[in-house]
Amino acid sequence: MEKYLYIALFAPLVGSLVAALFAMRPRTLFTGIFTSSMLAVSMIASFILLSHIISTEQIVHVTMMDWISIGNLSIPFGFVADQVSVTMMVVVTLVSTMVHIHSIGYMDHDKSFNRYFSYLSAFVFSMMILIMSDNFAGLFIGWEGVGLCSWLLIGFWYHKEDMPKVKDITKSPFSTLSPYSSISPGYAANEAFITNRVADLGMLVGIFLIYWNLGTLQYDEVFEHIGSLSQGLIVAIAVFLFIGAMGKSAQFPFNQWLANAMEGPTPVSALIHAATMVTAGVYLVIRANEIFTIVPAVGYFIACLGAAVAFGAALMALVATNIKKIIAFSTLSQLGYMFVAAGLGAYWVALFHLAMHAFFKSVLFLGAGNVMHATENEINIKNMGGLHKHMKPTSIIMTIASFSLAGIMPLSGYFSKDIILEVAFGSHTYILWAILYVTAGLTAFYSFRLVMYVFHGEENFKKFGYHPHETHSYVIASMVPLAVLAIVGGFLTKNTFVEMITKKLPELEIHLSHSTANILIAITLLIASSGIAFAYYRHKKCGTYFSANLENTFVYKLLANQFYMPHIIDNVLLKPYLALSKLAWKIDIHVVDNIVDGIAKTVYNTGEKSKFAQNANLSKSLLTMVIGLAFFVVLSAIYGFAK
Amino acid sequence: MSLNEYLILSTIIFSIGLIGVIRRKNLLMLFFATEIMLNAVNIGLVAISKFHGDLTGQMFAFFIVAVAASEVAIGLGLLILLFKRKNNINLDSIQSMKG
Repeated sequence: MEKYLYIALFAPLVGSLVAALFAMRPRTLFTGIFTSSMLAVSMIASFILLSHIISTEQIVHVTMMDWISIGNLSIPFGFVADQVSVTMMVVVTLVSTMVHIHSIGYMDHDKSFNRYFSYLSAFVFSMMILIMSDNFAGLFIGWEGVGLCSWLLIGFWYHKEDMPKVKDITKSPFSTLSPYSSISPGYAANEAFITNRVADLGMLVGIFLIYWNLGTLQYDEVFEHIGSLSQGLIVAIAVFLFIGAMGKSAQFPFNQWLANAMEGPTPVSALIHAATMVTAGVYLVIRANEIFTIVPAVGYFIACLGAAVAFGAALMALVATNIKKIIAFSTLSQLGYMFVAAGLGAYWVALFHLAMHAFFKSVLFLGAGNVMHATENEINIKNMGGLHKHMKPTSIIMTIASFSLAGIMPLSGYFSKDIILEVAFGSHTYILWAILYVTAGLTAFYSFRLVMYVFHGEENFKKFGYHPHETHSYVIASMVPLAVLAIVGGFLTKNTFVEMITKKLPELEIHLSHSTANILIAITLLIASSGIAFAYYRHKKCGTYFSANLENTFVYKLLANQFYMPHIIDNVLLKPYLALSKLAWKIDIHVVDNIVDGIAKTVYNTGEKSKFAQNANLSKSLLTMVIGLAFFVVLSAIYGFAK
Repeated sequence: MSLNEYLILSTIIFSIGLIGVIRRKNLLMLFFATEIMLNAVNIGLVAISKFHGDLTGQMFAFFIVAVAASEVAIGLGLLILLFKRKNNINLDSIQSMKG
């Protein structure tokens, strides 16, 4: 089995390196096909590992080589495929393979086609390191690797100009009604990278605390001995690790980068900012569940934060017209759901929702990519409409994915989201449950607001002269497996998954009577379907959702401006920081530089002034030497007499 | 005669050589002056060796004589080359490394 583990891990790297050889060349289809097939190889290996672990219940653990070995510190390059990581591996490789194939079509006309595939495969490799590592150090390497690849891919179109910051809500890059996702791709990339760096410091501190107190970073050893530490220390470790998770999974206050990351190519958003990288934070909490179980207060905080983010992001998605940002907010919201589950101790539920979410959310993004491709990169959903006629397969797939996201029985989203609500109710955290319940209704509404605006109603795109057409058939074919999983994934895999995963993760400890559970399911389905129905009928009747009066209210503007978060970041953080940097720059020039230059100038001037001594005349040089000698002889004579 | 007289003689000859090195412009004369200085040192070495009853100084004087001979051989070779190139051996005519 070890060889399958290595194949699953290193096949994406091979693809990336081969594609990198062609990075500076014009588009060659070969790189797209080669990286996709390498990913497919990795996917098959992951599936073999999965079936091995399900059937034999033996985890695969290898130590490739020693990495750091100094004194007592020993960190090997070790990889483990246990129930948790193999689930992640299957999800990641499956989604990545489909996204790679989709990208061949989506990036068809891009001149940096080869470079794109190199980055994308490098991302998958980093992600595999992150999820397969058997220690915190390896996890951190992967963690930084995905951050780097995310930076490269968000800023993939780095040559685009910065958009001016204007007050007009329909033009400001800070608003979700404008045609811009952020100030510029370069800005968004840096924002994502720097935000993550700040959060990663927290995670690093957590890892250091673990090492200082336990002397090891191996998961199994850490989790075995973590209970022997004092309560305060465990809380500190849990909090610092969670700060890292907050950055990667874009939880408040590190949430702003995720929405801005929509500047990247759409398949990148599908892979990195929906299905895989942003779920790394959830994965960390699941992986370190032994730590978080000991400190339920931290877990409860995680759950509360998750619920708040779930609700806040859903509110922002209500008014946004930027197709990618709606889906991004929805991702944020679903990540909130996952954190609620993880925070309340239902770790396998979080992992299950993570997997199901990866399927339906990536396919939603890929569908959005098709739509944008068809309408010359239009991202305002109000400028689309009636596309169902022109691109039926995309329309059907996106509608299915939206149903799944809304949690309609018996699609995948229903199975995973419903247990989270049950967990929230069963843990007697009724406020969290109520928030998530309302969010479920909002989710259904905004998902179908998007579907209605894009695929139904009047054909607004005609005003702009777009000629929408369905994309290549292989692109659709790459979406079909994900769409199928979005339909039947939950239904087919839930029992097997629960049986497998509870061997590794704690079982669910909620006590709901059968009838209560049924009532919960019924009312959740009710609010979800009423959200969908409202979106449908309102659009049929009026063609729009918010009247002009409503659009002038403060609340609407608040939501359209993303709770003024970008403004706050810009004014409270960035501007003072810029002023401080300019001050430091002046100090640097006037003080530090002057001192350094002064030393150099003194030495130089001394040389310049004493240059006359080198007159190239041997007699004069000798004379100087004799005078010097005589001087020192006299000096030593005086010194001798004085003594 | 005591050691002092020999050393005074040595100092006087060394000073003559030193002045020659500084004052002369002719490179050949410069070599002569250098030889005078070397031999002044030799006198000193031999005298001290004799008065201390230690042969090391005299041995050293022989080495200096040998080194001086080879130095003159190389120096004269270079001098001839210089003369061929510049057609004179005046010290002031070879100032090519002025700072």
